[in-house]
Amino acid sequence: MHELGLAQETLAIALDEARRQGARRILCMRLRIGDLSGVVVEALRFALETVAENTPAAGARIEVDRVVPACYCNQCRCEFEVQAHSYICPRCGDISLDLRRGREMDLISMEVV
Amino acid sequence: MCDHCGCSIVDDHRHHHQHSHGHDHDHGLEDESRRAIEVRRALLSRNERLAERNRGMFMGRGITVLNLMSSPGSGKTALIERTLADLPGDRRIGVIVGDLATENDARRIRDQGVHAIQISTGTACHLDAHMVHHALEELDLASIDLLFIENVGNLVCPASFDLGEEARVVIIAVTEGEDKPLKYPVIFHDADLVIVNKIDLAEAVAYSHEEVVANIRQVAPAAEVIELSALTGTGMDAWFRWLERSAAKGVRAPP
Repeated sequence: MHELGLAQETLAIALDEARRQGARRILCMRLRIGDLSGVVVEALRFALETVAENTPAAGARIEVDRVVPACYCNQCRCEFEVQAHSYICPRCGDISLDLRRGREMDLISMEVV
Repeated sequence: MCDHCGCSIVDDHRHHHQHSHGHDHDHGLEDESRRAIEVRRALLSRNERLAERNRGMFMGRGITVLNLMSSPGSGKTALIERTLADLPGDRRIGVIVGDLATENDARRIRDQGVHAIQISTGTACHLDAHMVHHALEELDLASIDLLFIENVGNLVCPASFDLGEEARVVIIAVTEGEDKPLKYPVIFHDADLVIVNKIDLAEAVAYSHEEVVANIRQVAPAAEVIELSALTGTGMDAWFRWLERSAAKGVRAPP
């Protein structure tokens, strides 16, 4: 999708945080991306490397934690993983509307100097 | 430059690290001073903040706002045109239209005497809360109580961007194939309503009602489904009833 715009937002957040923490350079950015976020991780990685050039984040390592989507089943009172976009609880067969994970697009942490 | 939404933020940051001395950092020191910092910020937090601002403005003024999304050519503009012509009652309607280029869609709507703002996104594949925020500056919000935002024709990117809307409507045409919801599940998952348009062509393309409904149910269990033809008017009454229900639910008095 719009990975370049997303990369620009990511970089803005990272540089803002680095400046607030008095860091000179960003060595690593750790992202958390849900499988239902619509983000193509490799495209985001490439875009982020590109927009980071000539900034304190240039050359930073980009680590991505993928999040498998999960729903909560009210009947069974437990979570189940959403496989192949099916929101049907594997235990009781009910459809769940309660998506608990899978839409994440977050900058979690960084390594800085 | 925008005072409300921080349009200039990214630029400020870009120029924050201009070295006059090149990039020869002391790498020996880095290992000692290297540290981990927590961030925990959403990449779209700026959009989310602006979407909430838009939503607050809509709620305060009692305007019901619908985000209409579909692939190009599914009939978003035709649906709006037909709605403007036939919606019973005295709803005061405004329209924001997003496209990469041209004012064609806004012109079609203005031809019906309705205030329409065209957002030309250039190359952007979706509308975001920031673009809508600026479009609202051109719209007389006191004169409308129902706002259609016609998103850029695209079943991928618009799904990720909250605009501050009350409800999301995803439109597909019978000509697109019954498995469209399975191919683009993310956008369907968040839909409050799925409209299957061009139902007048159902026979010609051997459209299967059961298959489409089953596929929508699988990826969007909560969404309502309405089949209609914006061209002939078939099924428009169900859409009008849905609109009235949304408007009744959505209009909140200012505190």
